[in-house]
Amino acid sequence: MTAAAAFFYLFAGFAIASGFMVIAARNPVTSVLFLILAFVNAAGLFVLMGAEFLAMILVVVYVGAVAVLFLFVVMMLDVDFAALRQGFQQYLPIGGLIGAIFAIELILVVGSWTIDPGIVRTPIGSTAASEGLTNTQALGRVLYTDYAYFFQIAGLVLLVAMIGAIVLTLRDRPGVKRQNISVQNARTQAMAVENRKVPSRQGVEV
Amino acid sequence: MIGLSHYLTVAAILFTLGVLGIFINRKNVIVILMSIELILLAVNINLVAFSTHLDDITGQVFALFVLTVAAAEAAIGLAILVVFFRNRGSIAVEDVSMMKG
Repeated sequence: MTAAAAFFYLFAGFAIASGFMVIAARNPVTSVLFLILAFVNAAGLFVLMGAEFLAMILVVVYVGAVAVLFLFVVMMLDVDFAALRQGFQQYLPIGGLIGAIFAIELILVVGSWTIDPGIVRTPIGSTAASEGLTNTQALGRVLYTDYAYFFQIAGLVLLVAMIGAIVLTLRDRPGVKRQNISVQNARTQAMAVENRKVPSRQGVEV
Repeated sequence: MIGLSHYLTVAAILFTLGVLGIFINRKNVIVILMSIELILLAVNINLVAFSTHLDDITGQVFALFVLTVAAAEAAIGLAILVVFFRNRGSIAVEDVSMMKG
């Protein structure tokens, strides 16, 4: 067995095992940590396939942002996770049945397909290996030319998601004293100081 | 030799695990969201496997866009989850019936 094959089985085995632990773990914090492990191993698979840029993006975006977001939310919400697992036994048979059928069908399909040799392919750009480019160069060549509009739309999707998340979670709590800098800066001496004539031995009402 | 079928099998198993996770964790929205991430990861493995096997960069471009949409979806989903928890004090899926839809 070559080193590449050994690494494939290592990454694939860990990815599948941690994927299983994501759905089977008792505590959602454990689930998130196994999700991170699954993504790191999938990134390893991407490196084996020669898609280095996507592998690094997977580590940065998923492990660095999405999984940490999950971790924040899981730890922030004070939820009784034991109660949420009540139906686990009840749904296990039907879920297992559907999952088994699904897995068998998918593996039968991917085990027995071939590409029609007569098919005419028109690849828009080749991957790194055949043109002496790195994977990142090959991807950038296509992404910023042929897919420029799609790239912009992807940025727009992220912008909308960011604004949406902020709008959803922003709340104006009444009764909280906040600093209002514009009002503070707009104060003049006339607004802040009041001169009164104080009669002797009587004081003033505030 | 590790070929395309090996990667497709890994992706198929991960996809199945994601679907299974949605079925057996029907009460816990957080685990359901994580299962959706697993499904999208499986799709990405498929896209990259075909891309490198057919020597066509388009699959990787598409995987990049899937990654973008998955990140946006996770952010919005978790934001909705936080707002829902704030209003109801629970994240159980059965409680999501206020609108009687």
